[in-house]
Amino acid sequence: MPFRNSLTIRQKHILWAWSFLALPVLFYVVIRFYPTGNAIVLSFQNWNLLSDRTWAGAENYIKLWNDEVFWKVFKNTFVYLLLGTPFSLVISFFIAFHLDRVRFMHGFIRMMYFLPFMTSAVAMAWVWRWFYQPVPVGIFNNILATFGIPQINFLNSTTNALPSVLAPAVWAGLGFQVIIFMAGLRAIPTSYYEAARIDGVSGFTILTQITIPLLKPTIIFITVFSSIGFLRIFDHVFNMTTNNPGGPLNATKPLVLMIYDTAFNGFDMGYAAAQTVVLFTVLLCVSLLQLYLLRDR
Amino acid sequence: MTATDIRPTTDGLLTASKTPIKRSYGQYIRWLLLFLGGIAMVMPIAWMISTSLKWPHEVYNLKLIPDEPTIENYTYVLEDGRFYGWFLNSIVIAMVTTISNILFDSLVGYTLCKFKFPGRYIIFIAILSTLMIPTEMLVIPWYIMSQTFGWLDSYWGIMFPGLMTAFGTFLMKQFFETVPDDFLEAARIDGLNELQIWWTVAMPLVKPALAALAIFVFLGNWTAFIWPLIVTNSPEMYTVPVGLSSFGDEADVAWELIMTGAAISTIPTLIVFIVFQRFIIRGVVMAGLKG
Repeated sequence: MPFRNSLTIRQKHILWAWSFLALPVLFYVVIRFYPTGNAIVLSFQNWNLLSDRTWAGAENYIKLWNDEVFWKVFKNTFVYLLLGTPFSLVISFFIAFHLDRVRFMHGFIRMMYFLPFMTSAVAMAWVWRWFYQPVPVGIFNNILATFGIPQINFLNSTTNALPSVLAPAVWAGLGFQVIIFMAGLRAIPTSYYEAARIDGVSGFTILTQITIPLLKPTIIFITVFSSIGFLRIFDHVFNMTTNNPGGPLNATKPLVLMIYDTAFNGFDMGYAAAQTVVLFTVLLCVSLLQLYLLRDR
Repeated sequence: MTATDIRPTTDGLLTASKTPIKRSYGQYIRWLLLFLGGIAMVMPIAWMISTSLKWPHEVYNLKLIPDEPTIENYTYVLEDGRFYGWFLNSIVIAMVTTISNILFDSLVGYTLCKFKFPGRYIIFIAILSTLMIPTEMLVIPWYIMSQTFGWLDSYWGIMFPGLMTAFGTFLMKQFFETVPDDFLEAARIDGLNELQIWWTVAMPLVKPALAALAIFVFLGNWTAFIWPLIVTNSPEMYTVPVGLSSFGDEADVAWELIMTGAAISTIPTLIVFIVFQRFIIRGVVMAGLKG
């Protein structure tokens, strides 16, 4: 083949590289970048899927700003984040710290903590929904009843519903965080601890002066990873409140559920797209914050 | 010494700590509390399975072990027929997506790692930047696209967004860094072309990473909810999570049947986990830290 032989080795190399990348590049352009641009453009338009798209300027964003439900949902989303992240961080660190010091049945105990991570959110949302039912159905209220404690209205109360929906999400993610924390703990050289022990430093001081500062990259990673997860919460909320998604009275509704509702029940595509742009901006800030905190000094 | 020097590691993760442990009462209490905590963690799963094995009249007693275990619920749910279909849909979709990710993520990761060519840096940054784009932002344009091309309510419609992932690409790129260039050069001298070198020389050397990627992609697609919920209309096209969600909604009071459906969707992944446990945990750390 004369054409092939006329190429230098370097040219052939480049040709191979681009032939390997051709299809993936097409995929990323069509399935990732074009839709991103499309969502941003759509957020400045009005469209109900049937009629023509019309330009709306900033109308959707103004509507969002004046929408009481949006602010309620925005607040809920951050309540999920601000409750979920610190709770799961502290619990998983506590478990990892102690599990690291246990040898008997170490693998088995670790497996028990990790197992929920392998479950499907939809299936477990239904299991927890069942737990939360009033007597005689729900386990939690049955246990309370056994001890003569008044019943708790978990899912039908505007104050209790959000933490109740959050609990299975925290539960499912703990195992992952425990494993990452344990990997972080293992990376700390034992010589630091030995030096501290020789100096007669107390266990609490070792924890606050050695362990936690050296775990900083791990802590930042887990914080950002779980923050993004809680900001995008959907499966649990949707499945635990199917009779009234996001209810009662929007008390559990997160941003993603509002997006889903606006787009696929209300068919107000432009308005939903504006909400996705807000979500994107929030997630982008969290990711950039991670890059900033982890930057090399 | 700066704090950022120390990165988590998989070294020795699968065994208990080597630091000396004193035998003391404190140590026994520590073990006991951790063990009880672990029991609490698996309780929801245990209750789900236990209830799926109970007769309706037993559901409301709180025994973990049913008095008269029955597989009646499983027979009922499976005879209903829909779960078979959902199960099959989920398996096909998860398998095809996994194979696609294994092939394309590793091919792109390999190319970005081992080839020098103009545009390499731009492609790298472009793919990296897609990690910042949340799925939820893309579902509306994907839906419009599916509607335009008639992909709604089809396997292709459910699968197409996940055929390649930036996460998998970077995971594989990291692992191809560990493959020595000399190996590839030797194969080149032996007259293999670049496609053969990738497939027969480089790929076998990153098998652990490929397996980790396969498990993540499979699990991710098996449990995926929001996109399959949006793109499917007819119950025959539902995946297991979407089917379970609609099933739970209609069987609102028959908790033993809902638990059976939940168990059917969960048990396969639990079996995979228990069989490949060490492997998956190592993979989680590798992926979490390198991806």
